Amino acid sequence: MREPTDLPWEARITSRVQETRDIFSLKLELVDPGIRAAYRSYPGQYNMLYLFGVGEVPISIVSDPDDDDPLEHTIRAVGRVTHGLERLRVGDTLGLRGPYGRGWPLQAAQGRNVVVISGGLGCAPVVSMIRYMLRRRDDYGQITILQGVKHSHDLIWRRQYQAWEKIRDVQVLLAADQGGPQWPFSVGNVTVLMERANIPPEDTVAVLCGPEPMMKAAIPRLLAQGVDPFHIWLSIERNMQCGIGHCGHCQVGPHFICQDGPVFRYPDIADWIDREGF
Amino acid sequence: MDEHTVFLPRAEANRLLEALAGSGFGRILGPVARDGTLLFQPIKDWDDLPVGVRDVQQPGSYRLQQQDDPRCFAWANGPQALKPLTFTPREIIWRAQRSPDGALSFQAAQDDPEPTAVIGVRACDLAALDLQERHFMHGRFPDPWFRKRREALFLVGVSCAHPAETCFCASTSDGPAITRGHDLGMAELDEGYLLWAGTQAGKTLLERLDLDEATASQRRAVEREIHQATVTQKRTLPGRHLKQALYERLQAGHWADVGERCLSCGNCTAVCPTCFCHMEMDEPALNGQSSEHLRQWSSCFNAEHSFMGHFIVRSDTRLRYRQWLTHKLGSWHEQYGRSGCVGCGRCITWCPVGIDITAEAHALLQETPDA
Amino acid sequence: MKPRVSVHKFSSCDGCQLAFINAGPALLELAELVDIVHFAEAGPMDPDAPVDIAFVEGSISTQEEAVRIRRVRESARYLISIGACATAGGLQALRNFNAQGVGDWTRAIYARPEFIESLDTASAISAQVKVDLELWGCPVNAQQVFTAIRRLLFGALPFVDNEKVCQACKRQGIVCVLVTRGTPCLGPVTRTGCGAICPAFGRDCYGCFGPAENPNTAPLARRFQGLGLMPEDIARRFHFINSQAPGFLEEGLDWDQGTP
Repeated sequence: MREPTDLPWEARITSRVQETRDIFSLKLELVDPGIRAAYRSYPGQYNMLYLFGVGEVPISIVSDPDDDDPLEHTIRAVGRVTHGLERLRVGDTLGLRGPYGRGWPLQAAQGRNVVVISGGLGCAPVVSMIRYMLRRRDDYGQITILQGVKHSHDLIWRRQYQAWEKIRDVQVLLAADQGGPQWPFSVGNVTVLMERANIPPEDTVAVLCGPEPMMKAAIPRLLAQGVDPFHIWLSIERNMQCGIGHCGHCQVGPHFICQDGPVFRYPDIADWIDREGF
Repeated sequence: MDEHTVFLPRAEANRLLEALAGSGFGRILGPVARDGTLLFQPIKDWDDLPVGVRDVQQPGSYRLQQQDDPRCFAWANGPQALKPLTFTPREIIWRAQRSPDGALSFQAAQDDPEPTAVIGVRACDLAALDLQERHFMHGRFPDPWFRKRREALFLVGVSCAHPAETCFCASTSDGPAITRGHDLGMAELDEGYLLWAGTQAGKTLLERLDLDEATASQRRAVEREIHQATVTQKRTLPGRHLKQALYERLQAGHWADVGERCLSCGNCTAVCPTCFCHMEMDEPALNGQSSEHLRQWSSCFNAEHSFMGHFIVRSDTRLRYRQWLTHKLGSWHEQYGRSGCVGCGRCITWCPVGIDITAEAHALLQETPDA
Repeated sequence: MKPRVSVHKFSSCDGCQLAFINAGPALLELAELVDIVHFAEAGPMDPDAPVDIAFVEGSISTQEEAVRIRRVRESARYLISIGACATAGGLQALRNFNAQGVGDWTRAIYARPEFIESLDTASAISAQVKVDLELWGCPVNAQQVFTAIRRLLFGALPFVDNEKVCQACKRQGIVCVLVTRGTPCLGPVTRTGCGAICPAFGRDCYGCFGPAENPNTAPLARRFQGLGLMPEDIARRFHFINSQAPGFLEEGLDWDQGTP
């Protein structure tokens, strides 16, 4: 029989938040108590969410796996399935299988300073890692969180960022390409924040998630500031239909993003980042 | 061939079919001349095979010819062999049900394939099956449907004495002789067939047939034919390991040249015995109470393949052809330890405009590496 | 309240509406799920009723139709054009190539040409009003129509195949008529959706589902020339049922006056 994780399970929406005009968060509870108890994810992994009769999409897991709270997913409505998911309400059911893929380097980051650079909805896959680290605050050094968005109204989780900022040795810097009158933070690309961030060159692990041009621009700055290339990790997004390395859609050069990733150590994926056609 | 190779006289060839049927293979597939080509179809009698038939293959062209001789395997290949048998072109993998209260339930599709013997498999197809097994069966998530269908197969490989003009298995070292992946190996002479076992199942079948050993002169005749089949192949790839050479030429102007000619129709990927890409989709019942989740062959030549919701990674043909070729001849090495090309030449023959992978690879390597 | 659906006819042969009617049990099932408020061919008549989904068959070929399609658009939340006439003008759009307009033809053909009120061109619905979804084919595939309705009822956007007919052929094990017989098949540039009916019966695809995504018509046209087709025959291959569809239109024009 196929691995049990390859057949969706029934999940119920327990809460729904509209974050922006087209971004929403769903908290999900696996309906079967046995499956719910056995389900374990790792920060940086994703689930395949199934909208009945329409299809599946890979969505990163936002919740901290050690949290007893339900599974949380933050989703932008861009395609057929995500537009359909947007219409679901509390109490509605969907299918879920996972978790899949390789997540963030929590072990490698332990005892080190961590800089988290994200752009747009790239903030979602890194949140589980941030939450994980903050729950174990003493296991990590200085934590620098840089998040950039296109328009100021694209920023989600403003209160969460403000709460994190108050935690010891946590620096949070936010930027928008287009600020607007009420925008209290920086204006420009996320890379402008790197000038202002105190990124310690020694013993620093950097994790990146967001549009590939953004990551491609940020990495040389990290390297210039002395961060070891083997301590840079990034999460890549592609069309994924099976999640288990079979359907072939997510290939980037030799890598199956769905299973070899979505998180890669920088030198392993360096040749392929933001490369036209891959 | 090995020291236990035996001889089956042509007049007694039906004994092989009887032995297979007697061993529990309810379905026996063999090459049948149909619709202007050779298709693997159920056969009941040795005479169902394409007696005296030759194939004439050229880029974008396939024709059958009839000759007056008794040979049944004097051709190279048709558009498909094993791939559709193990990697089904379109199949339901699970079903979802929604009850009136909104509860969802899921059932995996069941498949109990009939034990099937396939006669006339080529060395290139056996090499390709091995690659598909690496992809579907030997990863972290073995595919249960592929595995069941694979395990239901008994493969009679036939050494190829009549390669087509489009063939280049000698260049990829995957043929023309049957050397691995077969349950039973076979070579054809005018007077009959040499048979040898590749697995225990093949050995058991040979014992059942109880045939005389092949003579030394019969073996020499087969070896001569295979040698001839090797040296007559004119097409080659410009090397066995092209990953580096191709990765160094991702900006080559030739990609645009082939992109102008290529129809991005996906015929090459459909006939390629190693291409594994497929799409998944749902087909809901009109009443809204159930839905079938399917997978079907897809192609890196489709927009769907690199569709990201808000953009397409490979929007033009130049990038799609580059994806196909750099994967097939390049990144397969990293993924599965060898090239994804077995030299069957199908992508050349079945391309409506006759694009030739070997010519394109040579042309690309003529270009200077990217700066 | 059940979603409301209408089916409107413009210049066409009614074949696409028949695809609905011929669906038989599925149509009855559909009637359970939605209210069909206007479908002249099947009975209900209420052309101006507001609807959730309006299906439109046929091209805009008369002044009256050019006005009526605007009313349909205003009354519909979601408008789906079905079939070659509605998506690309259809066979009747061949008259668009007549620079003199339709007057000469009308006079040559009809005994009482004064009763014929045609525009000089036949155009796709999308040339007149915003179309939310196009379902191609001559006729449309009823299964595609019903799947689109089902998806909309689920609150999701329908997915319409845009790959080439070749892939449907290969998945079904249909042998290529171009490669084995040298038949000038349009499958490599034509949108799938028909189930590759013509090649399944050994004949060449004539492109009734219109251009596929990313159609590279020029090398296929050159291949047709290599198979012995004269330039005007090549032009006619592209200028047939979907003569006005982007891709087919230009390729046909390229060969209209000889080898490009």
